[in-house]
Amino acid sequence: MGTAWVPLALTLKVAGWATLLNLVLGVAVGFLLARKQFPGRDVLDALLTLPMVMPPTVLGYYLLVLIGRRGPLGGWLDATFGIQLIFTWQGAVIAATIVAFPLVFKASRAAFESVDPQLEQAACVLGVPEWAVFLRVTLPLAWRGVMAGLLLAFARATGEFGATLMVAGSIPGRTQTLSIAVYEAVQAGQDHVANSLVLITSVTCIAVLLIAGRLAPGRVAGQF
Amino acid sequence: MHSPLTWDIDIRRRFEHAGRRFDLQVRFASHARRLILFGPSGAGKSQTLKVIAGLTTPDTGHVRLAGRTLWDHRAGIHMPTPERRLGYVFQDYALFPHLTVAQNVGFGVTRGARNPGRHATPPQVLRWLSAFDLAPLAHHYPEQLSGGQRQRTALARALVTEPHALLLDEPFAALDTVLRARLRHELAEWLDRLAVPMILITHDPADVDHLGDEVLTLSEGRVLPAGGATVATV
Repeated sequence: MGTAWVPLALTLKVAGWATLLNLVLGVAVGFLLARKQFPGRDVLDALLTLPMVMPPTVLGYYLLVLIGRRGPLGGWLDATFGIQLIFTWQGAVIAATIVAFPLVFKASRAAFESVDPQLEQAACVLGVPEWAVFLRVTLPLAWRGVMAGLLLAFARATGEFGATLMVAGSIPGRTQTLSIAVYEAVQAGQDHVANSLVLITSVTCIAVLLIAGRLAPGRVAGQF
Repeated sequence: MHSPLTWDIDIRRRFEHAGRRFDLQVRFASHARRLILFGPSGAGKSQTLKVIAGLTTPDTGHVRLAGRTLWDHRAGIHMPTPERRLGYVFQDYALFPHLTVAQNVGFGVTRGARNPGRHATPPQVLRWLSAFDLAPLAHHYPEQLSGGQRQRTALARALVTEPHALLLDEPFAALDTVLRARLRHELAEWLDRLAVPMILITHDPADVDHLGDEVLTLSEGRVLPAGGATVATV
């Protein structure tokens, strides 16, 4: 059982960061798509949804090409700051963030679209500037939907396997998350380790889904 | 009369939606303190009000209230909505569902990032709450209110900011007939006491008789000449 806590702590760290990043990115993109009219909006939505439908290994391969040491972004980071993302937990965060991103921005978009624009107009006429209207009216009214999306993203990031394995590998204690540790344990024939890891993962996921369901009844099940 | 016109509006805006075109060409100038825009739905009444509040931007023209220029295409004046200092009562009142009556009424008092607190209510908010008999309901949420209470909350919320003008969009449309007659009477008394200039839009001839000093009839995006189409034909 003792060996299970290291991958669990790492998984929570990776999923936590991925969720936090998605709070900022997903809410911003969701709001943009819900409230602003611009050409190519539907194409953008489709492109951003791709991580949800593409095989995680394909996504991982794209990421390797992009942030690998010879990739355009990875090469620049290495040359400028000496930062390498491949085979690090930060690399795992990037993989988990991208895989979970559609869940957040889709939920946020739907939540923002359900807020009556007339309420924002009423706030604006009362003398409150646009940015404050977002914080005082739009976000509080959309918050439950956003939170439901974030919790699903957390669950998805917790269970991330394919893209994480391709980008961050399986280094015990450094990049070996729960789901990867399960795979390694089964491969090595360590059934008792696999059993406890699977149990921990299941309990975490069920807890997250229960909280998500309570936050937005009907919405989570209907949306995805 | 040499005092500036209370209302000096000249706006043009073309709306195109799903292949249909609507031209709003509204022009009027008046000294009336209580002006009624009357006409059937789809005549452009709400759009006119939204242009005055800056929620819709016209293509050309100007919007001046009591000598203040809120918008002038030629002079390049585009005052943003929050700076116009207007009171707007929406047709279904647009009360904030996540805030109590007291927080709704106090919404415009604080301009920063935070909503008014649930417990500390500023004195001017308390004053308007008691003026509109809303004090016992201060901690209720909009969904717990009756139609008339919602209307009073919306009105108090608009007035607490001391607006330069009040814009009322079909304030009785969301109410049943009996309540409508009573509240029309109530509102008329209130508006008598307030010095604030107001525009009320309606498609109900009964509102015209009770609430206005001057009536403008709108049809298909234009103001009809006075004495043209009569109230009775709508």
